[in-house]
Amino acid sequence: MSGHAEVHAPVGGKILTRPMLILLAIAAIGGLVALWRFLNGIGSVSALNNGYPWGVWISVDVVIGTALGCGGYAVGLLVYILNKGRYHPLLRPAVLTSLLGYGDLGRFWELWKVPVFFWRWSHSPQLEVALCVAAYVAVLLVELSPAFFEKWRTGNNSSLRSFSEWGLRFVDRFSVWIFALGLLLPTMHQSSLGTMMLLPGPRVHALWFTPWLPFLFLVNCIMIGYAVVTLEAQFSSAAFRRRSETPMLASLSRVTAWVALFWVAFRIVEVLIRGKIGLLVSGKGLFFLAEVLLTLAGALILLAPERRSRATWQVRAAIVLLLGGALFRINTYLIAFNPGDNWSYFPSFTELLITFGIFAAEVAIYIAIVKMFPILSGAHPAASRS
Amino acid sequence: MSVDRRSALKIIATGGAAAAATTALPAVASARKEAPPGAMGMLYDTTLCIGCKTCVVACKQANDLPQSVGHIADSQLYDAPLDLDADTKNVIKLYKDGQRESYMKSQCMHCIDPGCAAACMLHSLHKNETTGIVEYDPQYCVGCRYCQMACNFGVPKYEFNKLSAKIVKCEYCRHRQKDAAVQTAAGLTHYPLGQGPACCEVCPRGAVIYGTRDELIAIAKQRVAENPGRYIEDRAYGIEDAGGTQVVYLAHVPFAALGLPEVGPESTPNLANTVQQGIYTGFIAPVVLYGALAVVMFRNRGSRGKDAERRGEAGR
Repeated sequence: MSGHAEVHAPVGGKILTRPMLILLAIAAIGGLVALWRFLNGIGSVSALNNGYPWGVWISVDVVIGTALGCGGYAVGLLVYILNKGRYHPLLRPAVLTSLLGYGDLGRFWELWKVPVFFWRWSHSPQLEVALCVAAYVAVLLVELSPAFFEKWRTGNNSSLRSFSEWGLRFVDRFSVWIFALGLLLPTMHQSSLGTMMLLPGPRVHALWFTPWLPFLFLVNCIMIGYAVVTLEAQFSSAAFRRRSETPMLASLSRVTAWVALFWVAFRIVEVLIRGKIGLLVSGKGLFFLAEVLLTLAGALILLAPERRSRATWQVRAAIVLLLGGALFRINTYLIAFNPGDNWSYFPSFTELLITFGIFAAEVAIYIAIVKMFPILSGAHPAASRS
Repeated sequence: MSVDRRSALKIIATGGAAAAATTALPAVASARKEAPPGAMGMLYDTTLCIGCKTCVVACKQANDLPQSVGHIADSQLYDAPLDLDADTKNVIKLYKDGQRESYMKSQCMHCIDPGCAAACMLHSLHKNETTGIVEYDPQYCVGCRYCQMACNFGVPKYEFNKLSAKIVKCEYCRHRQKDAAVQTAAGLTHYPLGQGPACCEVCPRGAVIYGTRDELIAIAKQRVAENPGRYIEDRAYGIEDAGGTQVVYLAHVPFAALGLPEVGPESTPNLANTVQQGIYTGFIAPVVLYGALAVVMFRNRGSRGKDAERRGEAGR
């Protein structure tokens, strides 16, 4: 694998295809609902209430969205720290996916005062998440910028050309410091996403309430990151007729299997040591079992070399791991949270429309960018239909 | 070709070491927080309350809050709010269990180490340094509602149906205070009439009284001592519970039944603070990790040398 030329090229082709129009329509509907929310308050579109102030928006859009954004982190760990340069073709798309995963945070948090009024900063774990995520988005933009510079430096505009040359030199010179930051920041805010649910304390079910939440969230994000990279690479090679990355993903999958196994073992041992195993018979125990078994299933699929070398099994395992990983996060933020018997929450239809709209917009932007800019690798500039 | 076992272990070890470095818990939990010397508080005694709800009306008037109407059938009382909400900072509830009945007054507990303030990013919710009252300053509130998640008593409420929504909770009528509180002949430190917490000033039975936390705890202990068997667990809730609260309760039915959770003497922010401080004290761990990451990357960059494409080195 190590010998092939790592040439990134735009996919090309028409952008406004039919799937694209469908995605844009879903995004537009979500946008309209969001507009309604901004005019009439959160209560007008969501089922959120004073018992469950956080619902699917925070657990799906923010907590899972940030984990989906960990593709760049996971592959970056391999490429830069473990010196496995051959994963390079996966890095740029992973970074792009990361950028989109983080993009929806700012919509919910009116963040501008948070970085500005630094003398008022508290020790809130959420502040740590907010600042780190804001910084990480900036780092991701810099990491991805060569893709844009490479296109612009061959363009017609002379000032844009010289800016692109300068930009490429800048990123090249400071690459180590920039990319080290790109690894440090997710380590910090992914663990802090776990710390955040320590504050509700006894209102979080004991199966999820542990001082090790930060660690569980960190390892979980690496797992989800690998799954996202696999799905995204296989999707791109199928939809855009690119060269298949299956062999490279196979060795990546082996790492994923070990990380997932480690996570499952840690999760179970923690519950055993603290004597919480009896809680498995409660209703919430089913959710615990589901998250652990899904993750375990993903690991077991990928442990067998004959399976992990095949694209179909890679995709299956990635889906299972993604479900298990995401379920752990939904469980921690939503299912495990109990504000008292007299409160209930189930997301409203309009609330879900906003969530769907965000994901549709992200996929649409991803497709548009890989068609216009050199993000994906592979030698077949195929006529894509997707 | 594929990642060998050593690499796999290396990955787990790297992730584990990074995580362990950032989640290492200090051996000793952070010190228990104390209330400021002049901390103000309330004492509510269920055995004295007759459920007249004068305090609810007075609170609404003092805080300029609209009436909120509950369902008579649900409350089994009057057409009054059933619980704290975005228009209600103080409420009287009725607890019924067969023979036993009790009223319950709910408002902010003004914790010594409040979860809401620990959650708040810009100290929009914070403790007054003199009175210890948990105050809200909407100017720095981004509406994230983390305070609602973090409060074990379910106190902060959010105006979900407003465009420019705020957090609503009892602030001890601090907007009425103009003069300093002084100790009265009755032994309780009071503001001039009309400046103290409205609920306490209007209570016809003295079921809820106010003063400094120390004065109120002394009174609570005296009542328990003089009336053996009258109060549940022979103690007041809030002296130690949840790290200590400035509103304390005497009850004749189990505290948990009244919505006062058995959370033990540790404040809930304590664990999160301990973890957070373990990671970020002096910002040493992140800086060390950053340096280590950069060093490894520099070394890898050199070792790859001419073989690797320059493009790769630039991180594309």
